[in-house]
Amino acid sequence: MTASLKKSGPADTPPPGPEPEAIKAIPVRHYGRWVAAVVVLALLGLLVNAFATAKINYHAIPDFMFDSNVLTGLGKTVLISVLAMALGLVLGVVLAVMRLSKNPVTSAVSWVYIWFFRGTPVYVQLLLWFNLALIFPYINLGPIYRDEMSDFMTPFMAALLGLGLNEAAYMSEIVRSGIQSVDEGQTEAAHALGMSQGRTLRRIVLPQAMRVIVPPTGNEFINMLKTSSLAAAACQYLELLRSTSDIGQSTGATVEMLFLAATWYLILTSIFSIGQFYLERHYARGSLRSLPLTPWQKIKANLTSFSNRQSGGVRA
Amino acid sequence: MNAMVKAEGVHKSYGAVQVLKGIDLEVAPREVFCLIGPSGSGKSTFLRCINHLEKVNAGRLYVDGELVGYRQKGDRLYELKDSEVARNRRDIGMVFQRFNLFPHMTALANVMEAPIQVKGETKAVARERAMKLLDRVGLADKAGNYPSQLSGGQQQRVAIARALAMEPKLMLFDEPTSALDPELVGDVLDVMRGLAEDGMTMIVVTHEMGFAREVGDSVVFMDQGVVVESGNPRDVLTNPQHDRTKAFLSKVL
Ligand SMILES: Nc1ncnc2c1ncn2[C@@H]1O[C@H](COP(=O)(O)OP(=O)(O)OP(=O)(O)O)[C@@H](O)[C@H]1O
Ligand SMILES: [Mg+2]
Repeated sequence: MTASLKKSGPADTPPPGPEPEAIKAIPVRHYGRWVAAVVVLALLGLLVNAFATAKINYHAIPDFMFDSNVLTGLGKTVLISVLAMALGLVLGVVLAVMRLSKNPVTSAVSWVYIWFFRGTPVYVQLLLWFNLALIFPYINLGPIYRDEMSDFMTPFMAALLGLGLNEAAYMSEIVRSGIQSVDEGQTEAAHALGMSQGRTLRRIVLPQAMRVIVPPTGNEFINMLKTSSLAAAACQYLELLRSTSDIGQSTGATVEMLFLAATWYLILTSIFSIGQFYLERHYARGSLRSLPLTPWQKIKANLTSFSNRQSGGVRA
Repeated sequence: MNAMVKAEGVHKSYGAVQVLKGIDLEVAPREVFCLIGPSGSGKSTFLRCINHLEKVNAGRLYVDGELVGYRQKGDRLYELKDSEVARNRRDIGMVFQRFNLFPHMTALANVMEAPIQVKGETKAVARERAMKLLDRVGLADKAGNYPSQLSGGQQQRVAIARALAMEPKLMLFDEPTSALDPELVGDVLDVMRGLAEDGMTMIVVTHEMGFAREVGDSVVFMDQGVVVESGNPRDVLTNPQHDRTKAFLSKVL
C-alpha cells in the first residue's frame, strides 16, 4: 500500500528529505493491564485444569468424530438448514415485497403472517407441523397432489416446513429493512429510464439492499444450524445432535458426545462465517472505495510491508 | 411545428399544500428551455410531472403531442398502465441534482443498464454506444470506475450519458450542477452546451444564470407555483419586468 502511494504521488511534491529522527520516549506503564492479564490467565488455568482432571474420556471424541452415524446426522443438519434457509429466503423476499406493496390486502396478509410466525415458539410450530395429520388426515391439493397426510408429513417435511416458514417471517423483516435502506433516488432514476417496477426491484434495489441484508442473514443461518437440533425432539428428524446423543446413550459417553456435537457445530459455523465474509465483500462492490482485504491478501500485504519496513512506516 | 412539451393549467398539490397553481407553457423542439426561481417554487415538481414521476391534479401535460399519464377517449380520461407509463418514459431522459447513479455498477454498466433491460439490446450493441457516450462526456478512461470512485462532476457526466443511452427526444435537468464544487461545474455545463448544439430539446432547472443567458433559448421565472415571467433570456435576465423577478435576480446575480 505504501509503495503504490509513493508511485502515484503528484510530480510536483518535494523530494523526500532525510528521515526525521524517531521519537524515543519511555512508554507509560500500564500496571492495571498486567494485573488483569494475570488474573484472567489464572482463572483460565483453573478452568482448563478442571476439565483436564474431570472424568471425561477425551479419546471418545476423535474416535466417533467420523462415525458413519455422526456423519449422516451432520449431513442431515446441513441439508435441513440449507433448504429451510432457502425456503425462508425466497418466501421472505415475497413477504417483504407484499408488506411494502400499496395493496392493503397483501400488506395485511404479510403482516399477519409475520405476527404469527414470529410470535410463537419455533418448537411449537415444529410440533404442529409434525402432528398435522391429527386434524387433516388427507392432503388434497386438487389435481396436483393428494395423499395421506402421515405419508406426506415425514420428519423431513415437518422439519423443513417448521423451520423454513418460521425463518421466512424473520427474513422478510430483514429484507424489508434492506429494501427500505436503498435511497429513493435509485428507484426514481430507474423509473425515469423506463424500467418497470419488477426490473427496478431486481436489478437496482435488491442488489443494493443486499449489503444490509447479508450480515443479519448470516446470523440467521448460523442460528438455523443450531435451531435445527430442535427438529429431532419435535419431529423425529435424525440430525447431528440426535445421532451423537444416541451414541452417547449406547456407549455411556454422554458428555463426550455432547462435546463432539459442539465441536461439529463450531466447525460448521466457522465455515459459514468464512463464506459470509466473501459474500459481504462481494456486495460491498462500489459502496467502498476499496474492498476489504481477504485474509490471504492481508498476509501478503503484511509480508511485503515487513520487508519494506525501512522505506516508510506501516500504516495502522 | 408541434410543441415538444405543452402544459395547460397544470396543478399539483401535496395534501392541502398547492405547489403548482396553473402552469401554462410550451417548449418547442430543439429548444433549450431554462426554468429559474426561488427554492420551493415548484420547479422540481413541475419537471417530475413531465415524466409522470408525479401525477398532476388538474390540467394537461403533453409530450410530443401525447397526453402524459392518461389516455383520452371522448371526454373521459383513463389512467395509463404502469407498463405504458414506463414505455413513455423511455423517450425522456432525466438528470438529477444528486446524480442517482447506480452505486453497485461501474460507469459503463450504468450507461448500458437501461438499453439492455428496457429495450432488450444486446450487450455488444449497448456497450458500443455506452463507450461512445462516455467518450463524448470525456470519461472513456473511467468506464470501469464505480460511482464512489468518481468526482461529483464526473458522476454527473456519467448520469447524462446514462440518460442519453436511451436516445431520448427530450432531456430534463434538475439543477444538475448545484451539488458540485464550483470548479467542477464547467465540465458538466460544457457537456450540456454540446447537447444543445446538437439540437437536443432540453428543459433545465438551474441557478447558473450565465448558462441560461448563453445557451438558453427561453427562460421562465417561476415563483410560488406560478409562471411570473418568461421570454428571451437576455430580456428576462437583464431587463425583468416584475418586482419578484427583479428581487430574485438581484439575489442570485
Ligand atoms: N412529496 C412531497 N410532499 C409534500 N410536499 C412536497 C413534496 N415534494 C415537494 N413538496 C413541497 O413542494 C414545494 C415545491 O417543491 P419543489 O421541490 O418543486 O421546489 P423547487 O422549486 O424545486 O425548489 P429547490 O430550488 O429548492 O429545488 C416545496 O414547498 C416542497 O416543500
Ligand atoms: Mg428542486
